[in-house]
Amino acid sequence: MITTRIDKRFAALKSEGRAAFVSFITAGDPDMKTSLELMKKLPGAGTDVIELGMPFSDPMADGPAIQLSSQRALKAGQTMAKTLDMVREFRKTDEDTPIILMGYYNPIYVYPANKFLNDALNAGVDGLIIVDLPPETDDELCLPARDVGINFIRLATPTTDEKRLPAVLKNASGFLYYVSIAGITGTAAPDPGMVHKAVAAIKQRTDLPVAVGFGVKTRQQVREIAKGADGVVVGSAIVSAIADSLDSKGFATSETVARPLALVKELSGGVFDILEG
Amino acid sequence: MSSNETILNSFRSGPDEEGAFGHFGGRFVAETLMPLILELEQAYETAKKDEDYARELNDLAKHYAGRPSPLYYAPRLTEHFANLSTTGGGAKIYFKRDELNHTGSHKINNTLGQILLARRMGKKRIIAETGAGQHGVATATVAARFNMECVVYMGATDIERQAPNVFRMKLLGATVIPVTAGTGTLKDAMNEALRDWVANVDNTFYLIGTAAGPHPYPAMVRDFQSVIGNEVREQIMEAEGRLPDSLVACIGGGSNAIGLFHPFLDDKSVEIYGVEAAGKGVETGEHAASLNGGKPGVLHGNRTYLLQDEEGQITDAYYISAGLDYPGIGPEHSWLKERGRVNYGSVTDNEALDAFQLCTKLEGIIPALEPAHALAFVEKLAPTLPRDHLLVMNMCGRGDKDVFAVAGYLGVEL
Repeated sequence: MITTRIDKRFAALKSEGRAAFVSFITAGDPDMKTSLELMKKLPGAGTDVIELGMPFSDPMADGPAIQLSSQRALKAGQTMAKTLDMVREFRKTDEDTPIILMGYYNPIYVYPANKFLNDALNAGVDGLIIVDLPPETDDELCLPARDVGINFIRLATPTTDEKRLPAVLKNASGFLYYVSIAGITGTAAPDPGMVHKAVAAIKQRTDLPVAVGFGVKTRQQVREIAKGADGVVVGSAIVSAIADSLDSKGFATSETVARPLALVKELSGGVFDILEG
Repeated sequence: MSSNETILNSFRSGPDEEGAFGHFGGRFVAETLMPLILELEQAYETAKKDEDYARELNDLAKHYAGRPSPLYYAPRLTEHFANLSTTGGGAKIYFKRDELNHTGSHKINNTLGQILLARRMGKKRIIAETGAGQHGVATATVAARFNMECVVYMGATDIERQAPNVFRMKLLGATVIPVTAGTGTLKDAMNEALRDWVANVDNTFYLIGTAAGPHPYPAMVRDFQSVIGNEVREQIMEAEGRLPDSLVACIGGGSNAIGLFHPFLDDKSVEIYGVEAAGKGVETGEHAASLNGGKPGVLHGNRTYLLQDEEGQITDAYYISAGLDYPGIGPEHSWLKERGRVNYGSVTDNEALDAFQLCTKLEGIIPALEPAHALAFVEKLAPTLPRDHLLVMNMCGRGDKDVFAVAGYLGVEL
C-alpha cells in the first residue's frame, strides 16, 4: 500500500487529537484565476484537506448551491485540463495538503480514464470521489486508480446497511466519506447523534478514517460532528459564500476570495474547539 | 445446440447480472440509491414469477388501458407510397395502434406494470419525470387509480409548451414541479427526480418512463412495453399468415421502439429500423439523435450514447416539440446499434411535419409528432421495397397534444 498525502495528513491529525477540516470548492468557480487564488489560501484559513469539484453539466447528487457553482465554472470555460492545471499550480507552493477531485464519471470516461489517472497523478492529485461509481463498478476507475497510487474515496450513506458495508469498504482507501443525510448536498441538516452512531458502526469494520459531510453549515455543527468523526466536510456553505460575493453579472469582486475564506476560518475553528475543551 | 449456445447467439438474452448489454447499461448511481435499485431488482424478479401479478397486469391492460391495440392496414398510405416508387415498389403498411390506448400513448403499458410493483413494495409515493407530458399523464393516471401520491418533475420550458398535459396531470391529482435547473427540459427533470428519490428513500418509488436509467429499469420497461411486439406477432400472423418483413419505430429514450423490436430480435428475416429526431439536421448540431450524432458516455445511471461535448458535458437535445428531446437513449439500443441488429436513421422536423399532415389527410389518424418521425422514415423506405413487403410501424401516440405546436409551425393562429 502506497502512503499518500491523505494517509499522512489523517495520521498527523490523529496524533494531534483532532478531526480534519475538509473544504470543498468547485474548480473554476467563478473563474479559474479567482478559484486558484482561493484554493491556495484555503490551507492558511484552516483547511486540512481540499476537495476540488470537477464541474459537470448534470450534477445529480448535488443541491442548488453546488449545481450553480458548477454552472458558473462551466460558463467561465472550465475544462478538465484547467482543473488539473490548478492542482499543478497549487503544488508549486504546497507539497503537503491533500487534494481530492470530486465529481461525476462522464468527464473522466471521455478523457479517457487511464489518461486521466496519469495526468491527475502527475498534477499532484491524491484522491478521487466519483459520486456515480458505486462498488459495483470498481473495474471502471477504483481499481485502476489504486494501481497508480491514487486513493478512491468511498461514500457510505444512511441507506448503506450492515449487509452492504463490506462491499463499500472492500476497495476503499484514503478515508471513508460518510454522507450524513439521505439526500443531496447542502440541504437538510444532519443529526449529530445519528451520525456518531453510524460512524462508530463503520469504524468497527475498518481502520480507515471516517469524514462526514452533506448539510454542514455552521461552526456549531462542525464542532458536534467532529466529536465523533475523523473529518468534517463543508461544501455548499463555502460555494454559497462565493455566490454571494459576485456582482450582478456573476463576475468576481474584491470579496470573492475574502468571503469564503472568512467562512472557512470561522467554521474550521469547530475542529479545534474540542481541544480547547 | 446446447441451451448456452442458444443464449450466446440470441439478441434477446440481455442484460447480464450487472445490468449490462455488452458494455452499455449498468448501474452508475450514487451509493444512497444503490440499495434501492437492488431492492427494486429483487422485487421485479419476484413479481415476474408471480402469476397473480401477471393476471392483475393483464386484466388492467385489457379493461383499463384497452389492449390489445389493433394492427391496422393503412390502405391509402400504402397506395401513396406505391405511387411515389419509381421502381414499381411500395410496401404494405400496417400501423400498430398504440395511440388508441388509454391516455393516448404506449406509456400506460409501463406505468401499469410499475405501479403494481410499487404497491407490492409497499411504496406510497410515486415520482416521475416527463418531457412532453405523456409519461407524466400516464403516471398521474395510474397513481389516481391506485390512490397514491404523485409528483411529476417537468422542465419549465416543457411546461410552457405542453400546457394541456400539465393541466391533465393536475386534474388527475398530481403535483407538477417545474424544473428550472440546467435548461429546464427532460434531462433536468430526470436529474431532479433522482434528487427527490435520494431524499425520500423510504416511501418513494421512482417510476421511470423510458427504457433507460440504472438497471433494472431498461430491462423492466422493455418487458412492460414488449406487449406491443408480442401482439404484433400474433396479429400479423392472423392477418397475413407470416411475420413482418420490417419494423419501424421512433426513438427518444426508446421505450416504444424496444417494445416493438424485442420480440423480433432473433427473427433474422425481420429488418428493424429505429428513427431518431434530427431536428434541424444532424449536421447542424441542433438535434436529438444520440445514436447518429452522439458518442458513448455515462449519465442517469447507465452507459449509453449521449449528446455531449468534447469535455463530456451533456449538451441539449433539440427537437420540434417535447418528447424525443432527451440527450441519451436506452442502453439496449446502443448495444443493438453496435451489434448491427437494428438500423438507426433520423428525420428532420420538417419531414416529420409533412408526415404528420399526410397521415392525417390520408388515413384520418392524427399522429403524435414522435411517430410522425417514424412515418417520415417509412415514406423514404417504402418506395424502395417490393409491393408484397410487410412493414409494421408503431403509432405510439396520438397527436392531440401537438396540434397547438403544429399550428404554430404552419403559421395558423388558433
